[in-house]
Amino acid sequence: MISARSLTKRFGDFTAVDGIDFDIAPGESFGFLGPNGAGKSTTMRMIAATSTRTDGDLTVLGLDTNHHGPEIRAQLGIVPQGDLLDEELRVIDNLTVYGRYFGLPRAYVRRRAEDLLDFAQLREKRLSRVEGLSGGMKRRLTIARGLINNPRIMLLDEPTTGLDPQARHILWDRLFRLKEEGTTLVVTTHFMDEAEQLCDRLVVIDRGRIVTEGSPSSLIRRYSTREVLEVRFGSSRNEEAARTTAGIGDRQEVLPDRILIYADDGENALQAVLDRGLEPVTSLVRRSSLEDVFLRLTGRSLIE
Amino acid sequence: MIDDLRAPAPKVPGPLRGLYGGNTRSVIARGLRVIARNNWLIVLTGFFEPVFYLLSMGLGLGALIGAVEFYGNEVPYAAYIAPALMAVSAMNGALYDSTMNVFFRLRYGKLYDQMLSTSLGPLDVALGEIALALFRGLLYATGFMAVTTLLGLNLSWTAVLAIPAALVVAFGFAAVGLAATSFMKSFQHLDMVFFVMLPMFLLSATFFPITVYPEAVQWVIMAMPLWHAVDMIRQLTTGLIQPSIWGHLAYFGVMIAVGTTAATARLKALFLR
Repeated sequence: MISARSLTKRFGDFTAVDGIDFDIAPGESFGFLGPNGAGKSTTMRMIAATSTRTDGDLTVLGLDTNHHGPEIRAQLGIVPQGDLLDEELRVIDNLTVYGRYFGLPRAYVRRRAEDLLDFAQLREKRLSRVEGLSGGMKRRLTIARGLINNPRIMLLDEPTTGLDPQARHILWDRLFRLKEEGTTLVVTTHFMDEAEQLCDRLVVIDRGRIVTEGSPSSLIRRYSTREVLEVRFGSSRNEEAARTTAGIGDRQEVLPDRILIYADDGENALQAVLDRGLEPVTSLVRRSSLEDVFLRLTGRSLIE
Repeated sequence: MIDDLRAPAPKVPGPLRGLYGGNTRSVIARGLRVIARNNWLIVLTGFFEPVFYLLSMGLGLGALIGAVEFYGNEVPYAAYIAPALMAVSAMNGALYDSTMNVFFRLRYGKLYDQMLSTSLGPLDVALGEIALALFRGLLYATGFMAVTTLLGLNLSWTAVLAIPAALVVAFGFAAVGLAATSFMKSFQHLDMVFFVMLPMFLLSATFFPITVYPEAVQWVIMAMPLWHAVDMIRQLTTGLIQPSIWGHLAYFGVMIAVGTTAATARLKALFLR
């Protein structure tokens, strides 16, 4: 459905996307994971044909994005970062007017808008002004709007950034339903839990390059251990404690405020730490996540 | 959930492919919907300005001034300034929409980002916004025409042609206004538009013939678009039609072509980077 070869985007001297390759198959749920400024949004804009590439090849549905913008976008549902809604229009008009931009018949757009209103759980806000909606409602309306043209591919740029946990789960539920119906999802995120929830396969992007690729679970298996022990000794004693913990588990990361010890059995590792006479202020055993994969690959934390 | 319809693929051939989705209609429909859902009074404020000028200056001052010479004929003062004010109302309508409203949608509402996430192209958006500005210009001009007709200030049947002429004027101002707005980054830039509009309004043979100026100043005035609009519409409402009317039309033809091309190129540069 989407195919990129040596895709490159430069803004003056700055290279935002630096020769990346990827293929996204129909019905797949594909993620771009990386920190802010890694080049995820720029890649999304090129897929949406709202940004022209500097070099390489990019086709969406078999069409070159540099020359077929309107044709490609006719088949896309775009959910931009933040909430770009038409503030001069009511909730329902946001859906119908947007549908008309796609050249869909008026009667069809009206029916579909009513259905999407239910999908987005905004029935009682039908005639409200957009500015009065909560963050979660706005995001759901933006997603519903992106669905008005029954897109083959849905592009979601940081879909749950800025939402509270409950609103995020409602949203993930909606997106999961879309995926089940066979819509191809392309998601950018800097949240590893979101990538784990939504993506079948993802690429990790850092500084405009793809660092690795795979399913969330395979990446965790490949680059991390089953469990992680996090111990804190207070920032002044951290370095010193790290010298003593050395050797426990498969691998360790010393962060300014805590030490991460990678081990298949976290409780065992904790016991080993205690056996060496250390007394951590707090300790936590958790499962490995994509955050750990990212840390391993780049030496940096995902959210800085 | 009904999901039986895909969006039609826009089929625009040639060099416009990628720029134009052939669906300007939907942009216009959006603008009309906004007007319908909001307060009509706000739309109408721009209409009353020239009407009040006509009443105060045309009828008030006109009683003191009497007649003014126009292409060798004596024309009553109110009938002299009425066509000029009609040109001004076409300009106002077109420029209010294509500058202030467009600026807000561009910088704050991010409306065009949204439109260009669909199968619309930048040319659809530019043409749609120009059409809406034109609609407003037409609305003002027609309303104004109704007032002047009631007051008996149209001296010839050719006055009916003043409405299409006003449309041409509005088109020219809207296209150039849209192109200019695409360069604006702050409200201060927006003030420049009004800084240009006011002297143009007062000095472009609106209230008195430009023969009162030294020749050098006359040339400056004649380079301004409003002078061409005023002279063209005045020729039509008074029936004193001169060959120069073709020159006026050509002036606006160039404004329309340059403005539309520039606006589309700018929208492309702004949104399809």
